[in-house]
Amino acid sequence: MAYIELRQVTKYFGDVTAVDHLNLTMEHGECLAMLGPSGCGKTTTLRMVAGFEDIDDGEIFVGERCLSSKRKNFYVPPEERNFGMVFQAFAVWPHLSVYENVAFPLRIRKLPREEVEKRTKEALKNTNLLDVASNRPDDLSGGGKQRVALARALAIRPDVMLLDEPLSSLDPHFREEMRFEIKDLQRRLGFSILYVTHDQSEAMALSDRILVMRAGVMQQTGTPLEVYGEPNSRFVFEFVGLSSFIEVAFAEGGMRIGDGVYPWPGGVLPASAIRAAGRGLLAVRPFEIEFRNVDGNKGVPGIVTRKVFLGETIDYRLQVGDKAEIRVQKTRRNPGPAVGDNIKLEFPRPHWYRVDG
Amino acid sequence: MGNTSRFGTAQFLFALSVGILVAVVAVPMLLIFFNAFWVNGHFNIADVIRVLRQGETYKALLNSLFLSSGVTVTGTLVGTFFAWLVTRTDLPFKRTMKLLFLVPFMLPAFIGALAWKMLLSPRAGYINRLFMDIFGFDGPIFDIYSYAGIILVETMYLFPFVFIQVSGALERMDPTLEESARISGADLFTITRKITIPLVLPSILSGALLIMLYSMAHFGTVAVLGAETGIYNIPTLIYEKIHQSAGSFDSIRTATVLATVLVIAAAFILWLQNRVLSQGRYQIIAGKSFRPSELKLRGWRVPMFVFCMFYIALTIVLPTATIFMVGGLKTYGLPFVSENMTWNNYKYILFEWDLTRDAIWNSVSLGLIAALVTMFAGVIISYVIVKMKVRGKGFLEFLGMLPFSVPGSVIALGVILAWSGKFGINLYNTVWIILVAYVARYMAFSLKANSAALEQVHDSLVEAARASGATMWQALKDIVIPLVRPGMMAAFFLIFLPALRELTVSVLLYGPTTRTIGVAIYTLNEDGETVYSAALAGIALVIIVTGEILIKRLVAGKNNG
Amino acid sequence: MADIHIAGVTKRYGEKNVLDTFSLEIRDGECFTLLGPSGCGKTVLLRLIAGFEPPDGGVIRIDGETVADPASGLHLPPDQRGLGMVFQDYAVWPHRDVYENVAYPLKLARTEPSVLRERTMRAIHLVGLEGLEKRLPSQLSGGQQQRVALARALVPEPRLLLLDEPLNNLDANLREEMRFEIKSLQKKLGVTILYITHDQEIALGISDRIAVMDEHGRLRQTGAPEEVYERPADDFIFRFLGVANLLPVRREGEALYVQGISAPWRGPVPDKAGDILTAGFRPSDVLLEHDNGDDSAGLPGVVCRASFLGAQMDYLIDIAGTLIRAALPAHECLNRNLLFVEGDACRVMLATAQWFEGEIANRGVL
Repeated sequence: MAYIELRQVTKYFGDVTAVDHLNLTMEHGECLAMLGPSGCGKTTTLRMVAGFEDIDDGEIFVGERCLSSKRKNFYVPPEERNFGMVFQAFAVWPHLSVYENVAFPLRIRKLPREEVEKRTKEALKNTNLLDVASNRPDDLSGGGKQRVALARALAIRPDVMLLDEPLSSLDPHFREEMRFEIKDLQRRLGFSILYVTHDQSEAMALSDRILVMRAGVMQQTGTPLEVYGEPNSRFVFEFVGLSSFIEVAFAEGGMRIGDGVYPWPGGVLPASAIRAAGRGLLAVRPFEIEFRNVDGNKGVPGIVTRKVFLGETIDYRLQVGDKAEIRVQKTRRNPGPAVGDNIKLEFPRPHWYRVDG
Repeated sequence: MGNTSRFGTAQFLFALSVGILVAVVAVPMLLIFFNAFWVNGHFNIADVIRVLRQGETYKALLNSLFLSSGVTVTGTLVGTFFAWLVTRTDLPFKRTMKLLFLVPFMLPAFIGALAWKMLLSPRAGYINRLFMDIFGFDGPIFDIYSYAGIILVETMYLFPFVFIQVSGALERMDPTLEESARISGADLFTITRKITIPLVLPSILSGALLIMLYSMAHFGTVAVLGAETGIYNIPTLIYEKIHQSAGSFDSIRTATVLATVLVIAAAFILWLQNRVLSQGRYQIIAGKSFRPSELKLRGWRVPMFVFCMFYIALTIVLPTATIFMVGGLKTYGLPFVSENMTWNNYKYILFEWDLTRDAIWNSVSLGLIAALVTMFAGVIISYVIVKMKVRGKGFLEFLGMLPFSVPGSVIALGVILAWSGKFGINLYNTVWIILVAYVARYMAFSLKANSAALEQVHDSLVEAARASGATMWQALKDIVIPLVRPGMMAAFFLIFLPALRELTVSVLLYGPTTRTIGVAIYTLNEDGETVYSAALAGIALVIIVTGEILIKRLVAGKNNG
Repeated sequence: MADIHIAGVTKRYGEKNVLDTFSLEIRDGECFTLLGPSGCGKTVLLRLIAGFEPPDGGVIRIDGETVADPASGLHLPPDQRGLGMVFQDYAVWPHRDVYENVAYPLKLARTEPSVLRERTMRAIHLVGLEGLEKRLPSQLSGGQQQRVALARALVPEPRLLLLDEPLNNLDANLREEMRFEIKSLQKKLGVTILYITHDQEIALGISDRIAVMDEHGRLRQTGAPEEVYERPADDFIFRFLGVANLLPVRREGEALYVQGISAPWRGPVPDKAGDILTAGFRPSDVLLEHDNGDDSAGLPGVVCRASFLGAQMDYLIDIAGTLIRAALPAHECLNRNLLFVEGDACRVMLATAQWFEGEIANRGVL
């Protein structure tokens, strides 16, 4: 049995199904990110695991212990679940010092005084907060406050950390720093992380596996590479990274864009179910589109309509056929075409989806 | 803005603001201090101390301190408890309960005191009589003419100060602050004790200080309930000195010394409140809004609900009903049976008796004029303070603070000193002196509402208009005024409604034809016309409550539109 | 359409010179960005140009017309300068609906009703808010409010559009979308834009030319985005414009050495003299290979952290004690089998580098 297991977990808010028969398993020490747009049910799922929301169907197990069960109408209250949790809005207590914030969960557990001190110091040390232990949280920056929240969650040495968009209230600069710090702590201390975010790059950088959710329904799970490289739907493709789409009609021996018929890109034929519809959506990552010489016999012709220098990347927009517009990105080191240039585009790693989603 | 204008606009508004505040607040205050400390042309602090050590004044100081401390403690406990109950537990009908707990704010405390006198005065009080006559008690079960009685009655009408602050803070508090304590392993009672209460402590303290400020300067309840047994506080002693001593120099001096003490105490409380708010205000408002976990009262749910209903029945329904019933009695003291009841009292005071008709007319017209004048003066002064860059603004800001720390009886006394012919203008015994005093008394409300509204109007909104091609006056007309209009409306009603029921100031300033509703109720009661007093109080309650409801409707309608 | 001429402008607040004899030329019809850290005085300059505050010295001319010249006591109020302005907090008037907000500048100019209506609707169309004319700002999203502000600024067809960090409060996707939109509107209308920001990504993406200011209110470099990015005048600009790797290099005779590495440097050749130099390079300048023990393949390094970010692989690499960041297109790494994991040894080559004199500490690369 997996370490964390959600079986058919469901939550209704009035008529809305916030989470729809979700099954999820996690191994010990794994970091799983629940990724999805706001309102997709990811935070509700986390809150059901934490015990703040009762479940309307299904069961939740952690380490073979049943925490929530609709069938048995059994719920372990949040204070007895022994999780560490970090919230989006920090939720550090402004009337307590940094030290007292971190010591709070230990004092609640009535640990001996030396043990409280030892573990508090250890958690403060792990989060680089020893120097500011006697400060009030309001003296710290957003990043500092979130570190206090992290230390407080770590103090009880939990096996599972629940992180609810912990970086989205931070300045972009701190966000990257904290992301690496969390990953580093997990590696050293070995706890499992259930992580909620709407930011795909955060999910990719942090997690071992990603679960993409939409409208309460799980869409896909897999390693970051799998989810990014082989999205199983247009929604997932679009959500996990920048994307360009071209709508094409299927013709004899290839695809029709505008007036031209071109061979299957990358040599990959769309699945027969998609081909049966007569039209399909060619999906590509802007970074994976290759520019080819307009005189060559490879690729689909296009014209550059916009070129913007963004520093590390150069962003192109091209018109393909009569109405399709696509975006291409290149690193700044590849000198590319200029605005107005005619060029051919090759799509080495195409994905095919149905036009109606 | 206005950097090129070396000429008037800014300077004119500034001078006007200073002028209003000096005339209305600063001069009366200075005259009080002058009279208190200046004896026979010399500064004399020893004489001030002598006055303070006189048995009577000393007792008044002690009483004020004792009564207001008592009310503060009980009011804070009651207010915090009910606030916690309606925001953090699964009490039934919480929304309705919350509204009901705010009703005492509408009711004037001295009318409540009147009602409780009718119910619990030692010999004639209906409840006491009920117990003595029917259940055969030897004496009254509770004597309302006591320190405890005064404290209880004031508590009933002042606890909403704490209730509003604390329930507001609890509702706005980020629920994850409590959830993070739960996930840390704390149960709900521990969280309430260690997280919730400490986090709203600044709100509790700030509400408590408001109760203290109000109670210390409160005239009506002590005047109604303390007279019989000789319990008096600073405002009632000032009243006595001015009224009963026919304006002798000595009694005026004693009054000014008492007023000085009151001003200093009020200023100290406000300073304390400022400190509590600025140092202790935690940033606890944030985050996604999930409903906070409610404490399940389980077995206590129904008893708590019954307790709340009982409290509301006892403190709101019972006194209000008593006022109306007594107002309909043929003679005070008769039992409430139909042959003793009549509508004639109400008819008489509404349509026939000049004294009461005048009082209603005086209060309504004074309230309207004072509200209008104060609203406009408040807009101008707030605009100069919040938005303009002029030299000497610090002085204006200081003057703007004064109205907040001057209790009603002090204002009345100062107005008497300033406007009874000393500077060639004698307004004594006219409605105008009451009007001036109302303007001074309610200036604080107007400044607060208007500057809050003005602070919402970010500079960039005006600058955007300038960049669009609007001159300074066009920007003022098209952008600033429309945006502060709700603040002005709020200021108007914040003044008009309390002015309708004002007693503390008017009771020191009224003349034979210039009684207000409050004064009429109070003097009728003093003169033993209990039935007419109750009938007029009943009519006042109807006017006040109708006014409050109309305004709530109006404001709600505006917000939705 | 207008050019702006700022000559020797000084602005004091109390004792402090926020701007000291500051000069700048903005050309007719260009999108010009003032880029600098917060508190550098860029907003003050914008307010001087808009006329909200007078300068203490110097001259400001818009389209040849002198609008501020304290020496001769001239200060044209903002309403007579013929500008459009968009504020960081939108400054959309909450008591007026979208139509009334946008129509206000025309109303002030006493435009004929039929013309007013037509131009207001055209501006609303231009920013894609058709159908929302009757909405109050409180019923709009942040991005929509920003569009209202933009339409309101554009409707009087101003000669100059001033933008004060208008995209700061928007989320990343919306920010990108609005950035492209402002740019294309500018192209369409030919209006001169002065854009103020501390965000180098927006500045690079939107401008024809950028002026970079430092925290003391001094102008450090002016030029096209590519020019400023690829040929920064000094290390301040280099560091301000993005993730900056700095690697100190020492010259010994003909050869160059990196501290702690015995094999000589084989990267780009310095264009600066001096014995102590620092090579500055972006994560995208770094080329990685597996370590085959061959010093000619580059500097030896160890991968300390590997993050897959979707389109890119982000590596933190330790080169003899100096930490640098490398960003490689993920599909290239996959195709060429260059997926490193933590602890892997690798070889680091640089495609290009900026050279700075002296040793510059490598701060905050992570």
